[in-house]
Amino acid sequence: MSIDRATVRKVARLARIAVREDEEEQLAGELSGVLDWIEQLQAVDVEGVEPMASVHPLELPRRADALTAAEGEAGIQDKVLANAPDARQGFYAVPKVVE
Amino acid sequence: MSAPTTPAALTIAEAQAEMRAGRLSARELTEDCLAAIGAAGALNAVVHPVPDKALEMADAADAARAAGEDKPLLGIPLGIKDVFCTEGVAAQSASHILEGFVPPYESTVTGKLWAAGAVQLGKLNMDEFAMGSSTEHTTYGPCVSPWRREGDTAPIVPGGSSGGSAAAVAADLCLGATATDTGGSIRQPAAFCGVVGIKPTYGRCSRWGIMAFASSLDQAGPIAKSVEDAATLLGAMAGHDPMDSTSAPLEVPDFTAELAGDLRGRRIGVPQEYRKGLSDETAATLENGIEMLRDAGAEVVDVSLPMTKAALPAYYVIAPAEASSNLARYDGVRYGRRAKLGQGDGVLELYEKTRAEGFGPEVRRRVMIGAYVLSAGYYDAYYLRAQKVRRLVRQDFDRVLEEVDTLLAPATPGPAFAQGEFDGDPVQMYLQDVFTVTLNLAGLPGISVPVGRAANGLPLGLQLIGRAWGEVPLFGAAAALEARAGTRPRPQPWW
Repeated sequence: MSIDRATVRKVARLARIAVREDEEEQLAGELSGVLDWIEQLQAVDVEGVEPMASVHPLELPRRADALTAAEGEAGIQDKVLANAPDARQGFYAVPKVVE
Repeated sequence: MSAPTTPAALTIAEAQAEMRAGRLSARELTEDCLAAIGAAGALNAVVHPVPDKALEMADAADAARAAGEDKPLLGIPLGIKDVFCTEGVAAQSASHILEGFVPPYESTVTGKLWAAGAVQLGKLNMDEFAMGSSTEHTTYGPCVSPWRREGDTAPIVPGGSSGGSAAAVAADLCLGATATDTGGSIRQPAAFCGVVGIKPTYGRCSRWGIMAFASSLDQAGPIAKSVEDAATLLGAMAGHDPMDSTSAPLEVPDFTAELAGDLRGRRIGVPQEYRKGLSDETAATLENGIEMLRDAGAEVVDVSLPMTKAALPAYYVIAPAEASSNLARYDGVRYGRRAKLGQGDGVLELYEKTRAEGFGPEVRRRVMIGAYVLSAGYYDAYYLRAQKVRRLVRQDFDRVLEEVDTLLAPATPGPAFAQGEFDGDPVQMYLQDVFTVTLNLAGLPGISVPVGRAANGLPLGLQLIGRAWGEVPLFGAAAALEARAGTRPRPQPWW
């Protein structure tokens, strides 16, 4: 089993997903099952092969650093905030952040 | 061929002919689809119907036709996978975390369909964030296939993730549907439901306004009742879009150009690795397909794609890695649902509780796998290695597609399975994608065509794979199969 409960807690934190203590054991089993299966990749000879991130050669187009028509639309702020669970005075609201 | 008895059962080509001849109105057609949707609650395929909008769009189509307009999809009622943003109509990718989300803008693909005259019937069920092969992992509850095994009432899965799209088309609730395919999510449900589905070349359709799963693999495409309909729909959906930097600046060809299906002079390959471990039925279906292509004039030869076995695990590293990054946006701040917070909870608890409540078990699993393979110490061993295997997979195809112009392969290991069959064993479910993920890794187009039935009565499909940007000859080969497979299989209505 490649994943233990401590690793489940670490990965859950990285993924920003709360995992209850009583779920850790089962999750460790599920994730180990998947990762053990993925392990067969180690048998492939990839010596000298360039990694491929995109199927087409990436030549990202550029545009002027200016508002698009949609961004400049009247009432766009209300439209953007309309789906927020908590919006106040033109901002997204979150609990107080104290570092 | 038995003539369809209701307008909703027509193909797009048939409905257009009826409407152009003045024998059918878009309103009548749309009302018939809405009635079919109303009677098909047991399938759970349509999750956000929009009847008022549909009738309004149908009336506008009828008025346009009366004024002398004609467009490829004028008055054609379509279902839209819930992963597409549709302005003013709920879209939540079948996730609890997007409950209540109403997009303030339209995806490029759906916008193009409406501009081509299509009518929006509503949103279709799917696996949450397009992660799944059965449309059981959804906040709306499982979608059920209109198909049943002969002499058996057990619910069958429609495939996934575009299970709602395939089920709705197969059950004649709509004339066609949009879908997306990251590892087989168009082709596998189409095969399970006995309909046609094409994943075009990566970059053919804009991804703008489609909720991202794995951005380097995701492509939109249609699910339809015939090869011709699929070509018509793709023609309306495709095209360059400045809003998606990976959409190709290419002219959209006439995808219907070679539907006569004359394959003389064509060389079609059958990858030997895709013949391993097939059930007798699937193997026999593949042999039938080979004979059909030969009958249409093609030369069929054996080819080899040695990286096939490694492609599936590479996919299950790359797709979750991209998903863990893409799904970071669902944080309970900007849209969707936020968890109820306790006294003293800070922003970290806000993220962690919202995502724990909002994501289903399969999405949670994949986001965690993705976070793991990208994390310090594992990145090279998993993610980077998978990206190298991805290049080897692409090189396999590049080499083989110099010798042949098309490949024939199974679409799925077997016919559709029963609901709950893979509960608790995610890897067994992942193995369903063995014949489909390779194309996503390589960015190539693939089309699934129904060509037979299993002994238990369920449809079986085959998959044709083309060269990059080679959809026109791909549709030609698909049309040749379709013409020889005979009338589209139809499920016996039980719902």
